[in-house]
Amino acid sequence: MDPFTDTLQRLREAFGSGRTRPAEFRAAQLRGLGRFLRENKQLLQGALAQDLHKSVFESEVSEISISQSEIDSALRNLRAWMKDEKVSKNLATQLDSAFIRKEPFGLVLIVAPWNYPVNLTLVPLVGALAAGNCVVLKPSEVSKSTEKVLAEVLPRYLDQSCFAVVLGGPQEMGQLLEHKFDYIFFTGSPQVGKIVMAAAAKHLTPVTLELGGKNPCYVDDDCDPQTVANRVAWFRYFNTGQTCVAPDYVLCSPEMQARLLPALQSAITRFYGEDPQSSPDLGRIINHKHFQRLRDLLSCGRVAIGGQSDESERYIAPTVLVDVQETEPVMQEEIFGPILPIMNVRGLDEAIDFINRREKPLALYAFSNSNQVVKRVLAQTSSGGFCGNDGFMHMTLSSLPFGGVGTSGMGSYHGKFSFDTFSHHRACLLRRPGLEKIYAIRYPPHSPRNLRLLLLAMEARGCSCTLL
Amino acid sequence: MKDESVAKNLFTQLDSAFIRKEPFGLVLIVAPWNYPVNLTLVPLVGALAAGNCVVLKPSEISKGTEKVLAEVLPRYLDQSCFAVVLGGPEETGQLLKHKFDYILFTGSPRVGKIIMAAATKHLTPVTLELGGKNPCYVDDDCDPQTVANRVAWFRYFNTGQTCVAPDYVLCSPEMQARLLPALQSAITRFYGEDPQSSPDLGRIINHKHFQRLRDLLSCGRVAIGGQSDESECYIAPTVLVDVQETEPVMQEEIFGPILPIMNVRGLDEAIDFINRREKPLALYAFSNSNQVVNRMLDRTSSGSFGGNEGFMYMTLSSMPLGGVGNSGMGRYHGKFSFDTFSHHRACLLSCSGLEKLNAIRYPPYSEWKQQLISWALGKQSCTLL
Repeated sequence: MDPFTDTLQRLREAFGSGRTRPAEFRAAQLRGLGRFLRENKQLLQGALAQDLHKSVFESEVSEISISQSEIDSALRNLRAWMKDEKVSKNLATQLDSAFIRKEPFGLVLIVAPWNYPVNLTLVPLVGALAAGNCVVLKPSEVSKSTEKVLAEVLPRYLDQSCFAVVLGGPQEMGQLLEHKFDYIFFTGSPQVGKIVMAAAAKHLTPVTLELGGKNPCYVDDDCDPQTVANRVAWFRYFNTGQTCVAPDYVLCSPEMQARLLPALQSAITRFYGEDPQSSPDLGRIINHKHFQRLRDLLSCGRVAIGGQSDESERYIAPTVLVDVQETEPVMQEEIFGPILPIMNVRGLDEAIDFINRREKPLALYAFSNSNQVVKRVLAQTSSGGFCGNDGFMHMTLSSLPFGGVGTSGMGSYHGKFSFDTFSHHRACLLRRPGLEKIYAIRYPPHSPRNLRLLLLAMEARGCSCTLL
Repeated sequence: MKDESVAKNLFTQLDSAFIRKEPFGLVLIVAPWNYPVNLTLVPLVGALAAGNCVVLKPSEISKGTEKVLAEVLPRYLDQSCFAVVLGGPEETGQLLKHKFDYILFTGSPRVGKIIMAAATKHLTPVTLELGGKNPCYVDDDCDPQTVANRVAWFRYFNTGQTCVAPDYVLCSPEMQARLLPALQSAITRFYGEDPQSSPDLGRIINHKHFQRLRDLLSCGRVAIGGQSDESECYIAPTVLVDVQETEPVMQEEIFGPILPIMNVRGLDEAIDFINRREKPLALYAFSNSNQVVNRMLDRTSSGSFGGNEGFMYMTLSSMPLGGVGNSGMGRYHGKFSFDTFSHHRACLLSCSGLEKLNAIRYPPYSEWKQQLISWALGKQSCTLL
């Protein structure tokens, strides 16, 4: 028996009792989450500063506010989302009640990463709770300080018969995954995503996998270099580059590169000062393993901007690399750090080919004054999400589904998409027990006349006009 | 196919925000033998509508239909974007080693696991339309003949080889006593005194399944039917009673014209019985009382649910068809098919100008900037999303 059996059993029993079904219960959980954020804001900011040297600004904007916003949205829309969804009927079902009922799956596992340890733990949790599930949360052991807050403080704000935090590293994760869950939500690398999905397959557990990749950033010749540099730099160096949707590398012509480099330097200096290491607004690398990994990448191509590092602080300067070969490590793995390689292409077509030769990324960016160019990149590539002329702002809109495609993931969430992700959509048809004479038309012995009538009744839509 | 505009917040007010539906690419559809036209073509419609290239693997068991699908269907489609591949388990295994961008599989949970495990290697998303034992609860408060008509029709349709057919009945001993003559009456009305000679009753797909079903006839006690004829793969519309939960007929999905009746003492016991087992693809409840039907609906889970009715909901393409738990994941039919076979890409097209406005978010950070941004991020336009 492993350490999780009892906890999971307890949660299953709680789910079976129906406790999580009423809207009031779910709303209470969501309000509890909101209180957790409000009452422990400084504690969380402190933990994020410990783990990632995250500034108060970034903590607020990309972790706390976003989570709070999702909670508020779920509270506002809970009853509407929970409502049975009526569907259009055909003649055969005219007198029936036909609707889609949203039901919780049951026991949900959420496995969260270390880079946005509050956001990427709480936002999925909002969806799972709103949908009425019991939840097991596995925060990342790598972001230790935040893990502590989530394990020790968060449960006090939720009904602990329906919610548990479990801790551990890869070995404990393996044990955890042997158990059956009714849904698994995982954010992390494609490599671990495969492990999670393989474990899920044994129990036929549906999954959402929020993975990663190398997010291309195409910069057209027709653009204002400084505007582009500002935007690319901000989104690249935000959270010290440890963002799954950050622009991973730039694709542009040599001429554009020549204009971009001084603009990038200018942006970096403007944002972080002459000595970025002393800027309070620049974070640090999460741990030594990743620091080493990133420091090794600094020897790829040629350092055009930055390149400094300081092991004692796990500091890596905002860096731009040029003259990079496709075969070098910096172009082989997701960078996940404050290093931006520039690859040269001779125009849009070559950029599109380059992108399409590689795995589908989580995000794709295209900068151009020309709408046509932006739309062509959009039309001729695929990615989880896309932004023209900006970075990952699309993540701030909970009206947009956030998710990957291909190696960058499957499934999506945020806003209503979270609720729908964590719900089973059950098709329901309620017929009255009478009127048997009418329905008898379908019974054998069959005749061509009956068949014609039946087909008509099945095909014909009711008077409701529907896009479905 | 249309881009779906979405609500924006203050920060993105001037931008174009929408969801674009894109094909995944190369889609594999693996179809079963029981409804070999429907369960091959309906997924195909969705995959094609969504703009994918499709590889179709029809079932080798329904040989007559496989031939038509392999030889005739491709002539009607652009064969540079569509192919039919043939074979048995070994060939399917080889096929699954390749990378697909989406896989839709209809079949048993056992094979569903194999498919999902293969999909895992390439991080391929899947829809699995599987099966299970679909419970059919019959309340004491009902008209036995109406219920018998409906249950019998949905059970014996396609000789019971239907993933959403009522698999077994749960009712009280008293109800059983009323149901049995009504079921016999329905069967005789539908198929005549000699069902084997009715043109409206099908046959079992092959000998393997025929043997399997014939063995199930020795479970419990035959109350109606029970005859079989190996030369025709014929099994009579059968009802079994006095069945134990441990017997094979209550352990595996029946997928044949055999209907066991299990006794329970009331709705609560029925609900407990159902909830002890894997979540089924379909669940049925018959009662004159709305309350009873709704209670069954509220306290169980299944792919889909029919109250006082069988799988009529399948004719409504406005309803998603799919399982939950062991009975599957994902869904299709109508727009759900299109959406299943599409990647929903979040798109934001910003202006390349107005940089001064955007500059508010850049470092060096300050508290007032942060407050303004938090506020602007939170402000969505009025929307149910």
